[in-house]
Amino acid sequence: MTEFRANAAMGKCVRGRALVAKDGFSARYDLDRVAGVFSRPEHKLAGRSYVGCILVLDAAKGGVATAWMLHEMQARGIVPAALVLNTVNPIMVQGAALADFTMMSGFAVDITQAVPDGALVEVDPASDPPCLRILSTAA
Amino acid sequence: MLQGADGEARRWAIDHQMRVGRYLGATDFVPVSQAHIMADTESLGAAGVAWLEHLAALPLEQRHVRVPTITDPRGTDFTAAARLKQQDWMLDLEHRAIAAFRAMGILMTDTCINYQTIMPAVRGEHMAYGDTGVVIYCNSVLGGRSNFEGGPSALAAGLTGRTPRYGYHLDAHRRATLLVDIAHTPHDLADWGALGGVVGRLAGDYWQVPVLRGIDRVPGSDEMKHFGAALASYGSVALFHMAGITPEAHHLHDVADPALPSRATVTEQDIQAFQQAYRARVDTVDVVVFAAPQLSLLEMRTLAGLLDGRHATVPLLVVTSPQVKPEAERMGLVARMEAAGALVLSGMCFYNSYAREMAEANQWRTLATNSAKLTNILGGYGYLPALLSMAACVDAACSGTIGSGTPGK
Repeated sequence: MTEFRANAAMGKCVRGRALVAKDGFSARYDLDRVAGVFSRPEHKLAGRSYVGCILVLDAAKGGVATAWMLHEMQARGIVPAALVLNTVNPIMVQGAALADFTMMSGFAVDITQAVPDGALVEVDPASDPPCLRILSTAA
Repeated sequence: MLQGADGEARRWAIDHQMRVGRYLGATDFVPVSQAHIMADTESLGAAGVAWLEHLAALPLEQRHVRVPTITDPRGTDFTAAARLKQQDWMLDLEHRAIAAFRAMGILMTDTCINYQTIMPAVRGEHMAYGDTGVVIYCNSVLGGRSNFEGGPSALAAGLTGRTPRYGYHLDAHRRATLLVDIAHTPHDLADWGALGGVVGRLAGDYWQVPVLRGIDRVPGSDEMKHFGAALASYGSVALFHMAGITPEAHHLHDVADPALPSRATVTEQDIQAFQQAYRARVDTVDVVVFAAPQLSLLEMRTLAGLLDGRHATVPLLVVTSPQVKPEAERMGLVARMEAAGALVLSGMCFYNSYAREMAEANQWRTLATNSAKLTNILGGYGYLPALLSMAACVDAACSGTIGSGTPGK
């Protein structure tokens, strides 16, 4: 089992399949929140479903809408299981705080290169320090 | 407050702020003089509106904001909703959200250009602003101090009168991290937006502070507005400096260490290439939109002049603020635009007004705009946007096609 320590995290401990890309994240800019897929054509995950996945991406992007949208997505159940980023912006943190959503950020490595797409991972905000564990790389 | 002595709304607010502040390294709070809330109902959804209504139902002394709190554009202009083919359930959510905000004592300004129309920040003043374009203009052009405050956090700041002290409230974070040389100072607003997009892509994340060297004249407010909105949109950037121009960068060394290397030199070709990448995908246009940010009175004047004697053959939407529109009406600008077939909207923005549903209902896919910010956002909503100058957008609205000239011209 490989473990990556993070600088900051919030939310509950969750497990799921990692959906990984060296790309940004904004709920407004990147998602079709009704269909539950990445809809921005230029996004490296375009067309892929994010529902129930641990999203592992590079940086928070875009505007302020994600602060509400995580809550709205959570209420409908069309939502990722967690969001893991190299770099956050305040909007992601504010949105995660409102929605009680699991989020983690700030690693010693580029987390999008360290976690294979499709790996089974655990995001554990409560551990000290917070950490992401790769449980299995087999999809 | 955390124990609930000031009521449930303020208990939620301070708890939310402490969670956010802890995550982002704040050790205390800073009082704010204003809050500005982004809360269109496409973002809120039914769950968010119900959550607001719960707060709004609390006793008056518990639910009222403690500092002046204003709003970003809403998700509709009720007077034009039918023409936009917005649906009743959208308008119902909007009515409910507005009622909730009013019950909390929030001023429904419905604008993203409050720095041009309501009350600009003063250098050093701490705010809790929503809307990335508002934050970056406040921080960079005016020397105010705000982080990106999403709707929940801006509301929390309104309720508590403070915000966690991290990021751009602190001197240490306002130093430049990225030096960009500018070999060509734009003239057209779309070019300013394109420059913002180019620099935003170089910056890459919220914690980067670009300083631009080489801008050869002082840009106007609308130019700064389009540049900043695009920089914030493409880069998630909340603060920039322009050496010799913006208030904290009287000299380059005021904000940048001498050893800070130049990351890139941005040329006119870079700005044109940025626009061409969008334009190459679009031939005919289904709709032309001026928005994001809402148009100032001076933009309205320029646009009215370009539309005089012309007639749009495809839908032409012009979006301004509730503060500007009456002035534009009084001066005859709205009538001139409407005579050319434009639909002049106020208090909303295009992208946060159920853009996907409007596209489906109106069969809109290709779109022309002079807003780089709008161009960046709409791809995810299924549009193919082209970034053109205001004059070229008017031509596109009248002909239904995009000419083959130089981008931005």
